[in-house]
Amino acid sequence: MSKIHVTTTVNGDEREFLCTPGQTLLDVLRGELGMTGSKEGCGSGDCGACTVVLDGEMVCSCLVLAGEAQGRSVSTIEGVAEGSQLHPIQQKFLEHAALQCGFCTPGFIVAAKSLLDRNPDPTETEVRYWLAGNLCRCTGYDKIIKAVMDAAAELRQERTAA
Amino acid sequence: MPPTAYHAPETIEQAVNLLSGDASARPLAGGTDLVVQIRSGRAAPGAIVDLKRIAKLREIRREGEGFAIGAAVPCTALKDNAALAAAWPGVVEAANLIGSVQVRNRATMAGNLCNASPAADSVPALVAAGATCIVVGPSGEREVSVEQIPAGPGATSLKSGEFVAEIRLPGPAKGGSDAYLRSIPRTEMDIAVVGAGASIALDGNGTCTAARISIGAAAPTVLLVEDAGKALVGTKLDDAAIDKMMEAVRAACNPIDDKRGTAEYRTAMAGILAKRVVQIACERAGGNS
Ligand SMILES: Cc1cc2nc3c(=O)[nH]c(=O)nc-3n(C[C@H](O)[C@H](O)[C@H](O)COP(=O)(O)OP(=O)(O)OC[C@H]3O[C@@H](n4cnc5c(N)ncnc54)[C@H](O)[C@@H]3O)c2cc1C
Ligand code: FES
Ligand code: FES
Repeated sequence: MSKIHVTTTVNGDEREFLCTPGQTLLDVLRGELGMTGSKEGCGSGDCGACTVVLDGEMVCSCLVLAGEAQGRSVSTIEGVAEGSQLHPIQQKFLEHAALQCGFCTPGFIVAAKSLLDRNPDPTETEVRYWLAGNLCRCTGYDKIIKAVMDAAAELRQERTAA
Repeated sequence: MPPTAYHAPETIEQAVNLLSGDASARPLAGGTDLVVQIRSGRAAPGAIVDLKRIAKLREIRREGEGFAIGAAVPCTALKDNAALAAAWPGVVEAANLIGSVQVRNRATMAGNLCNASPAADSVPALVAAGATCIVVGPSGEREVSVEQIPAGPGATSLKSGEFVAEIRLPGPAKGGSDAYLRSIPRTEMDIAVVGAGASIALDGNGTCTAARISIGAAAPTVLLVEDAGKALVGTKLDDAAIDKMMEAVRAACNPIDDKRGTAEYRTAMAGILAKRVVQIACERAGGNS
């Protein structure tokens, strides 16, 4: 089978890879590109552990074919922190103990960031609906919601201070 | 067998040629059904023809009083079009009940329709709205009503090499509006046990001048229940007319028994949801008259 040559931008850097027609973006991120932050929980769009941002919109990378990434821009969990400086959402997940096994965490953080990037002041209900496509088997969700609400408040403060 | 080719044509003509030249080729829109089916082995297309690079299929256009929605427009983009959301709130809400935000950023109404699940959420709303499809293929272009596309669970009436290029919605009738509701055990991320759509128009005296009622997950395909609409036209939507409409809906049901609900439950709920969507559509229509 002939492989497809894809050039795409991942977290701001141009990346190239070869993939098969049936391979998913998640397969390539974790395999060819060695970026194992995005997780495969279900492979069927149900759990959100593989959430990435594709051209500004969050999607399940397990349901995107790798070939579709040609010329697009992909943001993953690996691009959320700045070097060793955690993003406020990541910091708040730690402070609120919003993770136990951590498998769902990359997906929650990418999805929460996608919400706060467009809506800095969401209600708790908005946060819960926005994150309905992310499953967590450990925490019971409450700590995750609190961490996101708290991160939103901190980001608003940073903005007014700046 | 995994697919052996991935194509991303940039024109409708190229897509028609790719699909008609290879019987094993399948169109790909958002992939939220197709990629899942390929991975589980339920679908095994030889080639994948991605429709998302065709610029014309990514736009929402005004078409006269109505709208033309390209087959590659994701559900979340429907909400961002204020004119569309005001004209057909039921259609836009139905499409935005599908899955999660991640799923709706990819899923299309054309994919929802062509996947041909009897429980597809946007389809009853489109049928009630009187939507049509522009189907393109090797022998040219044709316009068919949305309810003619599904032929049974997972099967469509599309011929080899054909695909849906756009979905067209008419301008809403004067004094008209629409609504869609589904019954699910939770509020998000579930498949409709049963669903109902309605599009209603009222004159200045509150007499119903037009009504289309449709039901989902209540038969092998989404159904337009013509008798239910007829029961309402010419009435002031009094209790007797509503009862007759509900009776017509129940009579049209031919559902399955499964883990989501029994046939009896689905039939009873179809009538109740139909009543509720008629009420919501009327409230909305009142504001439009
Ligand atoms: C987690 C999850 C939750 C979901 N929840 C819901 C839900 O609540 N309600 C619901 O109704 N659905 C739901 N779905 C199913 C799915 O998201 C919808 O059916 C969606 O609208 C499919 O659109 P798509 O663009 O992704 O289609 P695709 O997967 O790209 O295609 C679906 C099928 O249609 C064909 N096709 C696509 N476009 C065309 C075209 N233009 N012309 C001809 N054939 C075409 C494809 O070949 C394929 O057979 C869910 C899916 C997932 C993964
Ligand atoms: S792995 Fe993609 S949604 Fe679960
Ligand atoms: S922390 Fe374990 S699944 Fe969420």
